[in-house]
Amino acid sequence: MAQIEVRHLSKSFTSKDVKVDALQDINLEIEQGDIYGIIGMSGAGKSTLVRCLNYLEKPTVGEVWIEGKELGGMKEKELLKQRKDIAMIFQHFNLLMQKNVVDNVCFPLLIQGVKKKEARKRAKELLEIVGLEEKELAYPAQLSGGQKQRVAIARALASDPRILLCDEATSALDPQTTAAILDLLGDINRQFGITIVIITHQMSVIRKICNQVAIMSQGQIREHGSVEDIFSHPKTKEARELILRDIDGERVSNESALKDQLMEDKKIRIVFSENSAFEPVIANMVLKMGTAVNILKADTKNVGGIAKGEMILGLPADKKIQKEIEDYILERGLEIEEVTGDV
Amino acid sequence: MFSSEVIEMLIIGIGETMYMTLASTLFGYVFGLPMGILLAISDKDGIKPNTFLYKLLDVIANIVRSVPFLILLIVLIPFTRAIVGKSYGSTATIIPLVVAAIPFIARMVESSLREVDAGVIEAARSMGASTFTIVVKVLLVEARTSLIVGVTIALGTILGYSAMAGTVGGGGLGDIAIRYGYYRYEAGIMIVTVVLLIVLVQIFQTIGMKLSVHLDKRK
Repeated sequence: MAQIEVRHLSKSFTSKDVKVDALQDINLEIEQGDIYGIIGMSGAGKSTLVRCLNYLEKPTVGEVWIEGKELGGMKEKELLKQRKDIAMIFQHFNLLMQKNVVDNVCFPLLIQGVKKKEARKRAKELLEIVGLEEKELAYPAQLSGGQKQRVAIARALASDPRILLCDEATSALDPQTTAAILDLLGDINRQFGITIVIITHQMSVIRKICNQVAIMSQGQIREHGSVEDIFSHPKTKEARELILRDIDGERVSNESALKDQLMEDKKIRIVFSENSAFEPVIANMVLKMGTAVNILKADTKNVGGIAKGEMILGLPADKKIQKEIEDYILERGLEIEEVTGDV
Repeated sequence: MFSSEVIEMLIIGIGETMYMTLASTLFGYVFGLPMGILLAISDKDGIKPNTFLYKLLDVIANIVRSVPFLILLIVLIPFTRAIVGKSYGSTATIIPLVVAAIPFIARMVESSLREVDAGVIEAARSMGASTFTIVVKVLLVEARTSLIVGVTIALGTILGYSAMAGTVGGGGLGDIAIRYGYYRYEAGIMIVTVVLLIVLVQIFQTIGMKLSVHLDKRK
């Protein structure tokens, strides 16, 4: 049995007689040691889903199993105890603003009835792990966003959790800080074997750190699997959209222009698998065919240590040349799929 | 300018006013703080929603706050007599002052606790904190600046009420202002007592604000 199992989970909210289905029939399995990404646009229901994993939100229907125990069947007291094993960090850090750094880290220990002196000792060790030992007497208001998230991570680790839930933990941070925090989370996962569940709307976060990913939209999981598979063979429209939007900032403005272009040509999407990205396939093809292709989008990136890429080509109108180009690419061992209007 | 008797009377008046104000505020918080906490947590957006409890406390608070203080003072005379043994003097005045202060204090506590960031409360819940722990270690700690400002406001308001109680033999500076200043047309004494009341309010206000700023770690 997987460490976290979600079975047929649905959640609906009723406000002013309007029923909103936030989650519909979610099924998930997360294994011990995974870094599992759950990605989706805002409003997809991912934050609600992650709160069901520690029962901050009670599912309307369905079950959440943590290490063989079903949370729904627990009494309030058992549930409070269970939460010690499931730590959580947040987009806005949610530190006690009136307490200094070391007291913030002590907080979950004091809840569990650990002696103050012992808690402080443990807190200092944790601050060392996150690299903030010299800030122990500072107050959160005096720290940068990245430092606050480090305090939150130290606090989350205080109770020796086996699972760490991250709700948009890097969304309020700049790219460099995001990278540093993700590195830290990766270290924690390797060092302590803590399973990490990451909620994000940024594909770059998934790409950098996760090994498994689930893609959510409108309260449903559209697709899930290893990050490598999803990146190279996205099956659903939602997955493709997210990969296409995998923008590290500046490409946002070009997106609509790109879409316009994509509406016109006959387009194919080429997927580069291992190492082939470094071979000048397209250039060679153009030389050989003697005809130009329009590169509408090109992107190669490092996915889990392997070079992965995709390219969208606009082909000449001539059907014969189209066929020749496709054959040439297939011969080189690359994968092709035709791209329709709304990529 | 004043005879030594008048000065002595004023000093005793200050003492009585301070006694009534501080004691009433203290007892007001003994009951008003728990009531405010219950109001804040039992509300539908609170950490332990309970519609019945919230509505009940809400109605009680509104009723007591709607009754003019002077009317309350008179209505409570039998109750005051039952507890203190008499219905005049500073100690007796404390009873109606406390009754009037409880719902007022509860409302201020409620509003202070509501200001606490929902995210911090959620973080505490995610760590397995019980409702009691959240109240004691999160709500009261995070809201302390606002709570102290509330105490400052409560002191000022109760001081004002205590002066009002002077009209019906409550003692203190208000009593002096009415008896000498108003009934006997001794404008000098009236002005002095009013100035003394202003000074007292200023002192409470200054100390309260200094303390709340000093304890606020958000900047």
